[in-house]
Amino acid sequence: MKNIRNFSIIAHIDHGKSTLADRLIQKSGLVEERKFRDQILDNMDIERERGITIKSQAITLPYVNAEGEVFELNLIDTPGHVDFSYEVSRALASCEGVLLLVDASQGVQAQTVANLYAAMEHDLEIIPIINKIDLPSADIEKVKEEIEVDLGLDSDLAILCSAKEGTGVEEVLEAVTELIPPPKGSRDDPLKALIFDAHYDSFRGTIISCRVFSGKLNPGETIRFMSNVATYKVEEVGIFRLVREPKKVLSAGEVGYIISGIKTVSDVRIGDTVTLETRPAPEPLPGFKEVKPVVFSSIYPISSDDYQSLSEALEKYKLNDAALVYQKDSSVALGVGFRCGFLGLLHLEIVQERLEREFGQSLIMTVPTVRYQFILTGGEKIWVNNPMDYPDPTTIDKGLEPFIRASIMIPERYMGVVMDLCLDRRGVNSRFNYPSPGRIEVQFDMPLAEVVYDFYDKLKTVTQGYGSFDYNLLDYRESDLVKMDILVNAERVDALSQIVFRERGRGRALQACERLREEIPRHMFKIAIQGAVGGNIIARKTISPFRKDVTAKCYGGDITRKRKLLEKQKKGKKRMKMIGSVSIPQSAFVAVLKSETR
Amino acid sequence: MEKAGLYLHVPFCRSKCPYCDFYSLANGSFIEDWLDAILSEMVHYRERFGPFDTIYLGGGTPSLLSESQLGALMDALFHHFHMDPQSEITIETNPGDLTAQMVKTLKKMAFNRVNVGVQSFNGGELAFLGRRHGPGDAVEALSRLRTAGFDNLGVDFIYGLPGQKMVGWLETLERALSFGPEHVSCYQLTIEKGTPFWRLKEKGNPMSLGEKKEREFFEGTSDFLRNWGYVHYEISSFARSPLYVCTHNEKYWHHVPYLGLGPSAHSFLDGRRWWNIRSVRNYCRVLKSGGAPVAGQETLSREQMNLESVALGLRTLKGFDRAEIHGSLAWKNLGDLEEMGFLRCDETRVVPTREGFLLAEHLPLYLCE
Repeated sequence: MKNIRNFSIIAHIDHGKSTLADRLIQKSGLVEERKFRDQILDNMDIERERGITIKSQAITLPYVNAEGEVFELNLIDTPGHVDFSYEVSRALASCEGVLLLVDASQGVQAQTVANLYAAMEHDLEIIPIINKIDLPSADIEKVKEEIEVDLGLDSDLAILCSAKEGTGVEEVLEAVTELIPPPKGSRDDPLKALIFDAHYDSFRGTIISCRVFSGKLNPGETIRFMSNVATYKVEEVGIFRLVREPKKVLSAGEVGYIISGIKTVSDVRIGDTVTLETRPAPEPLPGFKEVKPVVFSSIYPISSDDYQSLSEALEKYKLNDAALVYQKDSSVALGVGFRCGFLGLLHLEIVQERLEREFGQSLIMTVPTVRYQFILTGGEKIWVNNPMDYPDPTTIDKGLEPFIRASIMIPERYMGVVMDLCLDRRGVNSRFNYPSPGRIEVQFDMPLAEVVYDFYDKLKTVTQGYGSFDYNLLDYRESDLVKMDILVNAERVDALSQIVFRERGRGRALQACERLREEIPRHMFKIAIQGAVGGNIIARKTISPFRKDVTAKCYGGDITRKRKLLEKQKKGKKRMKMIGSVSIPQSAFVAVLKSETR
Repeated sequence: MEKAGLYLHVPFCRSKCPYCDFYSLANGSFIEDWLDAILSEMVHYRERFGPFDTIYLGGGTPSLLSESQLGALMDALFHHFHMDPQSEITIETNPGDLTAQMVKTLKKMAFNRVNVGVQSFNGGELAFLGRRHGPGDAVEALSRLRTAGFDNLGVDFIYGLPGQKMVGWLETLERALSFGPEHVSCYQLTIEKGTPFWRLKEKGNPMSLGEKKEREFFEGTSDFLRNWGYVHYEISSFARSPLYVCTHNEKYWHHVPYLGLGPSAHSFLDGRRWWNIRSVRNYCRVLKSGGAPVAGQETLSREQMNLESVALGLRTLKGFDRAEIHGSLAWKNLGDLEEMGFLRCDETRVVPTREGFLLAEHLPLYLCE
């Protein structure tokens, strides 16, 4: 056990975490140079494209240090986005140390700080690494100062590295073996293994990624999940190389996997403790909690004939994403679909993209919303995460909405615009920290709904990409909430309804009408788009009809061409939703979320 | 069954017009090769297509052919194919080619309908359109044709040019009407891909009047000609009386069989459409080696036939015959469209109103779902 090191890399998006992970894998000689595929740990297309890690994964690297001592290094990759902060915390709980990666030109960001605090909470050894020192814009002295002042770490210990060029990687590995303590715990105690990830394999079922804290586990034994007392017989245990490598036993200090015939990842809870049925641990490892969705949206198939296919796709998708929750939903405008709950907006986008890309679904998603609470005049409390369930306004005593604490890290010069943005988004209780000269951390209490609504995009725009953002949920606070409806030619499109803060009503309605006006193609008749709260029309836009579309000529040669054009248009029209006699394209349902035309 | 139409494509022009995307060469050195080739293409189809009751020489510019070339063409046609004695036999001409000699030649041959590409009576507009003739040429040509005794004349115009005024356009039309043409085609300028006009448009030049004006021009044209007693029987076609509709063109619009000879020509028979090689050289080469110059073909599915019947029918005053449509059509939308004033329906036919003409490109999308 003294030669095992369990560690993770934490970094702000784009600070080079995946590239460093790749280099460490390469250095360990686990994979031949020519077979090397960039960013090995991110194995989903979307992750590769967006350059972020969605699911954490682990890999066990062999390493021989300068003295010839053989080590087993377990690198646990963590998702790099606020939506997945719970997963990050479980991955960190499985480690004894972290590599804290800071971009040499961008310096410390909000997420770096948030990650550092998380690592500190778990009492981990922290090794600062300044990456991308090859960049012309690298300012190592300034970053060192930030590490010293913002993070309170000893910047003399910081390793200078360029993962891209491979410089400093050897030093990183040496530091891992020297500075990070070996795991503790006895293999003779009852089994305690922490689940930090689970993914689905179509042949073997759910593969649990875990860190064993005490005891040992052999195939054939019966395990028990301490949160729900479910039991399973272990088929196989092993460690992660580039592929799974079965082992006879998994014991204290090790990181590896368990296969035990579990059908879906939903049966496994991240953060849960695995123990043995025959000799259970007296108490679970700390920190387990149920992950609850915070953002909700409905998914409908574009063609109602595809409901069954969507239902099957969701079922399959869910095998690998325990965080997604869904149930059947129906709308007058869009037919039958599913109401889904997500960890955040990014999670929502990922689910949508993967359903479309990997499962070939054509989807319409409704306006994302948060979970509201209403206290009715009779004293009854209800939760509402779907605008369709908005209660009769005369029965509402008061409404409550979730608030977050937002933390925004910016260079000083953006202070004004960020303040404006936060105040505009109903931010209150502002606090400022000045971690280092030239940088500010702005904190605000803000309604989550304001963040769901294009906050990231806006922040990126006003700070020219220099602002970073992190948040955690605070509590529910009283708020004047109304339901805003959209009518197309006097017909209410229920899927476009939103619950909004009353003062936001008119602005949102105008925006929605404007977006719809841009997205809905002209028809042969005039189309009126209206926004309403209660019975009152508060916004209106119209789409003028076609005046003339006919082309002059159509002879022998043109007929095939003309028909092909019509066939193409017909196909396009099929992908639209009919509301009364108005065809609304899929893009319109998404566009109402955007505050400005891009 | 209605008799078939015969189209001959003469892919040569003295100069290329910047708006035109029909296939033609501005170089006449292949004319003799083309003539040999098209004569052998006729042999290929003899006994296999017909009888015919229309012939249409189009292009390109058929009027640049010499008397002997035209003679060879027409002789071969009558030799190889069964022609109805009452056939409508049309030649498209450029006003600049209609010399006294040429008119005499046409009269001598079987042509009984001459279509003149006048395009405009305004010199500036003709120059913009890249036409090689002036307004005077058309006046002379039409007079000569009338004097020679042609009693079925068609004149073609292009309107809706950028900057054009309604008054000026109606003056052009009025001038044409002084010759009492049996047929008037008014084509609103369309900027076709691949033409010099397209490139001008891409560079940001305003090449159209805009939708609102185009609509006014379309309505103005229709009102004006209908006032003069013409029948607006197709989007761009007006006939002095129902007797003078272009029988040949109508075949295209109502799935009547037609045979197209020459490079890039399309043919249709029994739900199958095929089209010839575009390039004159390859067309000639293939025929010389005894092959068929067909570049592609398609057999229309029932759904495609329906879509075409509706789309083509709604471009004409006849509309479409309900019995022609097999299987499903969005009949429920028919009522809506009728109510909105785009269509009129009875037990047997669905016909467009003028409002329907204006949106003829859209109507099929509502009817064929």
